[in-house]
Formats: sequence, structure tokens, C-alpha cells
Amino acid sequence: MAIGNLNMDTHRHLDDELSSLRDRVLLLGGEAEQALDRAMYALTERDSDVARQVLEHDDQVDHLEVEIDRQCIDIIALRQPAARDLRFVISVAKMAPVLERIADHACNIARAAIDLNNEPELKSLLDLSSMAEHALKMLRASLDAFTSNDAITAREIIKSDTEINDLYNHTFHRLIELMVTEPATATRDARLLFVAKHLERIGDYVTDICELTVYMAEAAFIKHSN
Amino acid sequence: MSAPVSELRFRDPALSGFSRTGREAVLPSTKISVRELNFYYGSQQALFDISIDIQERVVTAFIGPSGCGKSTFIRTLNRMNDIIPGTRVGGQVLIDDHDIYAPGTDVVELRRKVGMVFQKSNPFPKSVFDNVAYGLRINRLTSSSSELAGRVEQALKDAALWNEVKDRLKTSALNLSGGQQQRLCIARALAIRPEVLLMDEPASALDPIATSKIEELIFDLKEQYTIVIVTHNMQQAARVSDTTAFFLLGKLIEVNATEKMFTAPNEKLTEDYITGRFG
Repeated sequence: MAIGNLNMDTHRHLDDELSSLRDRVLLLGGEAEQALDRAMYALTERDSDVARQVLEHDDQVDHLEVEIDRQCIDIIALRQPAARDLRFVISVAKMAPVLERIADHACNIARAAIDLNNEPELKSLLDLSSMAEHALKMLRASLDAFTSNDAITAREIIKSDTEINDLYNHTFHRLIELMVTEPATATRDARLLFVAKHLERIGDYVTDICELTVYMAEAAFIKHSN
Repeated sequence: MSAPVSELRFRDPALSGFSRTGREAVLPSTKISVRELNFYYGSQQALFDISIDIQERVVTAFIGPSGCGKSTFIRTLNRMNDIIPGTRVGGQVLIDDHDIYAPGTDVVELRRKVGMVFQKSNPFPKSVFDNVAYGLRINRLTSSSSELAGRVEQALKDAALWNEVKDRLKTSALNLSGGQQQRLCIARALAIRPEVLLMDEPASALDPIATSKIEELIFDLKEQYTIVIVTHNMQQAARVSDTTAFFLLGKLIEVNATEKMFTAPNEKLTEDYITGRFG
């Protein structure tokens, strides 16, 4: 697009770098999603090999987070982005550690799966599968909203976190009840409680991602607001 | 000379009544009010319907691509364009509610009140002392040589140059470095106690260290003066100014608090410019 004698599109280097950064953070998002999916598979299908693969892969996830950090710093130092570009880089810089933490929680679930798989199978995993399904759905939707700069969808996803919280509360009380009424399974129930907590935390992290998407799209800070 | 303001400087006009620290602050008043200003070089129109309020003791930066009218505009604020043959102005420029283009305006007094510093420093081929004293002498603003010396010293201190030149006031100003010469020009403008300081790309010819000193100086000067700065360096505008105005092709596209301008401007054209999509 030309305005008078002015040429548009004189900032190709920055555009390429921003594009590369977007690809990387989406890759990190995909890694976090896959880690959670596989960790829950390891738990529900009692497959410790898959759980171990999740743990072994975590180094690559960590490495990707560090690369994204470096790239954000370089862009800020060398390109001095402003306005929407600045908001994008800042959002990515804050989003990367959130995605890495989601992957860490997935690893914790994988470890719990290995421990549980060494013990007799529990009768039921209660609402954990539903929680995981909802968390994965939220995570995928949040990454889509980020890619599309869609603040409206991001706000809707934030509201849906209450569903995971409700499931967690129900699971918590149910597991406490089981620990009291069936002491023989108490250790395994305690492990499940931790898994439930990891899933609940993942829901909170997805909320963080959505808040960053709203900031990126609208320059609005909605963090810590109800 | 304006009295220093003891209250906090109000930086973001969008945050009514509060400074960036959250403490209650004094809202600045309007020092310069421009209304539907049109400017012509002969038959060529250079400025189109510019309306803007410039707040007192606030740094307002004008940014925009080369040839967009920034320097033409800044020169309308002290009628420096009058010296260019064939120019014509329409609209109003009010300083302290007085229309500076009204018939009978004392242009000499206007240019004392609205001082200017140019891109290329222009010290006179005189001593450091005589450069700063020049305006005081020809306007007869002092009544004794000791008062004159005192005013020169104060101006050099205000321009953050005194310590570097106090032992060589009688040496030629042309022997100073580029950055020192520019600060000398600022001191020369300050000596006659302006209320407004216009700065047309004051640091564009300077190295980074000298630029940094000028920017620090601007930060200090805004406690007492209304400062209007034209710069092609957007990062400089972001660093030094409280309010930023974006010009394009002779039109004022947007005026906003600097933080807002550089994080979330209202106009797409502004965003495209500051993100380097054109210019």
C-alpha cells in the first residue's frame, strides 16, 4: 500500500522475526498439549513407556522456551518494536514460561502414572478424564485465539475455567471420602489428588494465556480482574 | 522565569488527575492552542487544518516522515516562517490566549518568549560568555555587569554546560564540541527566560553520548519550560516526551499520551508508521 510517495512494507526483517517467533511459541504450545495428552494416556491406559517418553521429551520443551526467551530479548533490543508488535513480543515472552509450566505439570502427571501403574489398578479415575479433556480443549482453543488475535474467544475461555475448578472440587471431596472409607487405596488416591491438582493448575495457566491474548489484541490488562 | 512546580508532573492526560505514580497531581493548563491552522509556501499548501493544544511544562514531541510538515509547524509557533518570502498562514495560534498572528503582535518579544534551538547548532563566532550574553545585551535585560554575569552563569547551569566551560568563558564558542555547542545554543535561548522552548531535531547531528546529555537536559528543563520537540527518532520521542503528535502529509493524524502512542495508538496510520511499515 502506498501513501503519497511513501512505500509500505519497509520492515520485512522485523516481520520475518515476528513470524518466526509466532511459529516457535505455537510449537511450544503444541508440545505442551502433546505432553498433557500423552501423560493422561499413560495414566488411563496404564502405559508407563508412554509416561517415560513424556519425561524424556521435557528437555526439548525447556530448550524451546529458552530459545523463545532469547529471541524476544533480541527483538526488543535490536528492533525496538512498538504498538502491536511490542504487545505481541511481550505477550510471547510471558506466554512461553506458562506453556513450559503446563508441560512440567504434564510431566508430574506422567510420574504419577508410573507410580500408579506399579500398583494395582484403581476401580475408577473419577472425573480426571473429564478434567483432562476440558483442559486440553481449553489449551487448544487458547492457542487458536492467540493465533487469530481473538480477544472475544479468549474471554470466553477464561469463563470456562470454572468448569475445571468445579470438577476439581468434586474430585477433591470424593477422594478425601475414599481415603477415609477405603484406607487400603489411600496412597493411590493421594496420587490421584495430585493429578487433579495439576489439571486444575493447567486450567489456571490457560487463563493466563487468554489474558495475554486480550492484552495483545486490545492493549487491555484484565489480569487479576474478576 | 516560571516558578518551579512543586506538585508532581502529570504525564498521562488520559488518567485524569493522577500521575504515573498514582499520587494526585496538578492537571497542566494549555500553553499553546492551535486552531484550524493552514500554512502555504506560495501556492503550495504545507499544513492542513491543524488543531492541537500544547500543555504547559510538558514535553510534546512531533514525529512523522521527512517532509510531513513538522518543522513548518513548529516554526509557526514563533512566526519564524515570516522570514520566508511568500508564506501565508490561516487559522489561529494562541499562546496564553493571545493570538500571535493578530495585527500588532510584537514578534521580537514573541521570539524571546518562544525560544528556538535548531538541528545544526549555530553558535555565534564569539566567546562562550558573549554567546549567552548576546540576547541579554541587545534586549537590555540586565542593569549591571554582575547581573549579566549571574544570568549567563545561571543559563549555562540550566543547560548543564557550566562545569565544562566555567574556566574558559572567554574562549571561542567554535572550539566547543558539537554537543557542547548545542547546549550553548540552549543556554543562549534560556538566558532571556523564555516560557516555551522549540527544539527542531536538537540531537540529530550529535553522537549518542551528547544526545543522551541533551535528552537528560530536556527532562530537567520541562520542570520550568513548555517544550516542543521535533524528532525523526521515534525512540527519542518515546524517551523524552509526555505527549506525542504524529504528522503525515501536512495533516495531524493523532495526538496521544506517549505511552499510549507507542503501545496502543488509536489510528492505524500511526501504528503503521511507528511499527515501521512505512516511512
